[in-house]
Amino acid sequence: MLPERLLHLWQRRRVPLAWMLLTRQPVRLAVALAGISFAGVLMFLQLGFRDALFEASITIHRLFDADVVLISPRSTSSNAMQAFPRRRLYQAAGWQEVASVAPVRWNFVQWKNPETGKPRSLLALGFDPADSVLLLPELETMQPKLRLGNRVLYDRLSRKEFGPVPEWFEQGREVRAQVGDVEVKVEGLVRMGASFSADGNLITSDRTFAKFRNSRGGVGTTNGSIELGLLRLHPGADAEALVRQMQAVLPPDVRPLTKDQFLAFEQNYWKSSTSIGFIFTLGAAMGVVVGSVIVYQILFSDVSDHLAEYATLKAMGYSHGSLVGVVMREALLLALLGYFPSWVAGLGLYALTRSQTMIPIAMTQAMATTVFCLILGMCTASGLLAMRKLNQADPAEIF
Amino acid sequence: MAAHSASLDAFAQPGLDAATTRVHIRGLNHWFGEGEQRCHVLQGIDLDLRAREIVILSGPSGCGKTTLLTLMGALRAVQDGDVQVLGEQLRGASQVVLRRVRRRIGVIFQGHNLLRCLTAEQNVQMGADLNRQLPYRERRLRSHQLLREVGLADQLGKLPAALSGGQRQRVAIARALAAEPHLLLADEPTAALDSHTGREVVELLQRMVRDHGCSVLMVTHDPRILDVADRLLVMEDGRIRAMAAAA
Ligand SMILES: Nc1ncnc2c1ncn2[C@@H]1O[C@H](COP(=O)(O)OP(=O)(O)O)[C@@H](O)[C@H]1O
Ligand SMILES: [Mg+2]
Repeated sequence: MLPERLLHLWQRRRVPLAWMLLTRQPVRLAVALAGISFAGVLMFLQLGFRDALFEASITIHRLFDADVVLISPRSTSSNAMQAFPRRRLYQAAGWQEVASVAPVRWNFVQWKNPETGKPRSLLALGFDPADSVLLLPELETMQPKLRLGNRVLYDRLSRKEFGPVPEWFEQGREVRAQVGDVEVKVEGLVRMGASFSADGNLITSDRTFAKFRNSRGGVGTTNGSIELGLLRLHPGADAEALVRQMQAVLPPDVRPLTKDQFLAFEQNYWKSSTSIGFIFTLGAAMGVVVGSVIVYQILFSDVSDHLAEYATLKAMGYSHGSLVGVVMREALLLALLGYFPSWVAGLGLYALTRSQTMIPIAMTQAMATTVFCLILGMCTASGLLAMRKLNQADPAEIF
Repeated sequence: MAAHSASLDAFAQPGLDAATTRVHIRGLNHWFGEGEQRCHVLQGIDLDLRAREIVILSGPSGCGKTTLLTLMGALRAVQDGDVQVLGEQLRGASQVVLRRVRRRIGVIFQGHNLLRCLTAEQNVQMGADLNRQLPYRERRLRSHQLLREVGLADQLGKLPAALSGGQRQRVAIARALAAEPHLLLADEPTAALDSHTGREVVELLQRMVRDHGCSVLMVTHDPRILDVADRLLVMEDGRIRAMAAAA
């Protein structure tokens, strides 16, 4: 059936007029493709940076090994995580869907650069070394070392300003640093990654954490409170339904979220409290505008230059619609031919960005599709505008 | 007044034979412009064109020849009169009917009007492509065949810019015949050619339309080519004045 149809289509093919119109003017085609590709690259970069920056805001959030989390309703973002009563977590553990729970302490502390002594704010996570809290396989062997007091695991992806901790550690040196007025010893290196709010991270036991002072001046919260509660559910349990039940049952001093909602909670903060989204979307829109103008110019001049020829085709019996089809096929071809180089350039620039910065920019399928759709839309819209010129092709006026 | 009664007579004739009469025009009037500028360009034209007939229409510039041709070619809306072309009434005809008629008419212009971005072969195939029933290969073969017939078998892949004026007009003839028309309309097809080439092109045209069984209405000023016609019409001030038999 399908081969028959294909054969039928193949036999019905005609002179590829749109293709010939484009390729018989190679210089103009090259200019058009350069313009479209440029617009595409602009879109890839702007949207890529935007997504990467939002993605960077949840680097740590992604790492938590949980299906449902509890936070305080007063928490607005990872920048300002507020405490809630620890017993809410044990209340939540009573639901039969819940397989295990783990309390997590979360706060910013003053870390003194062990080389220069300069203090800088860093995110500290504190939890029971017996709990599996983070989705980092290397922690399994390292976490037991935290049982001793004043031991920490240091994020090797923390910014250089925190000191040459990874280098020293790898050289086999004993690395000690001040956190507030507590001296800690680095027991290992982990890979977590910088995020919007935290330039560096460390992990410690809940007991060591309790000795730290809050870097924002206040005293660390009392033992009865935690900033984050992690809940792992039995396989097959419906996290969203459970969250709805918990919202209805638990007191209003705690806010249950699915892990996805937790990620969205953090991203929404950055989306609404910064103009990152606006700025980068505007940049991508610029790309669309530039590209549209170029494609419109090309297609419009194509129709005006060939007006007599289009009129001749009408006189021969070609319908207006079939000529519109020619212009739209030109637009489609421009989109396809222009997209490919911009995709390749985007891939290269993403790789370059990743190698030069810590920005997690990547050519996702969604990104590739989004930019393709934008270019396609841009070419289609320009084609539709340029096509109005075709009305002037009057077969009565060609003699 | 005489033209008007002639058109009524035509309506009275039952069963106009579409097989032998390709064009049947009675009482055709056409105006250009509005109000003060309104200009009566065609004034009660009556015209018949039979199958396989070659008719030459001549007359001074501005007398309305091209206008008549565009009306017959379904390229312009008929304002007043009875215009039947290839069995279809063109007055008040829909776009679909107009397009159907256009497909069955070949047109040749003073300028060749080839598509600059297409080769000679592709230009001819644009004509053949109008025939949707034929598969691609047959349309292609047909284009080759026609270009051979006009003596351009070795110029298939050339762009119009690389061809001489006479060669371009031959491509245009091949293109006009590619859709297998029953009627061919040519408006001063030799005007842009020197007299020798013009003569050649017209003789070719004559031979081709005879081979393909097509009727022709050709507008021309060129006195040297009048002898190819079966019938001569002379137009003046929007009226067909005299009908002379071919020399
Ligand atoms: N589109 C038009 N608008 C107004 N006047 C026109 C138009 N086309 C032709 N005319 C006028 O109609 C008359 C006949 O023109 P045309 O049919 O081109 O004559 P011919 O082909 O015999 O030289 C001329 O006076 C011309 O100026
Ligand atoms: Mg004329």
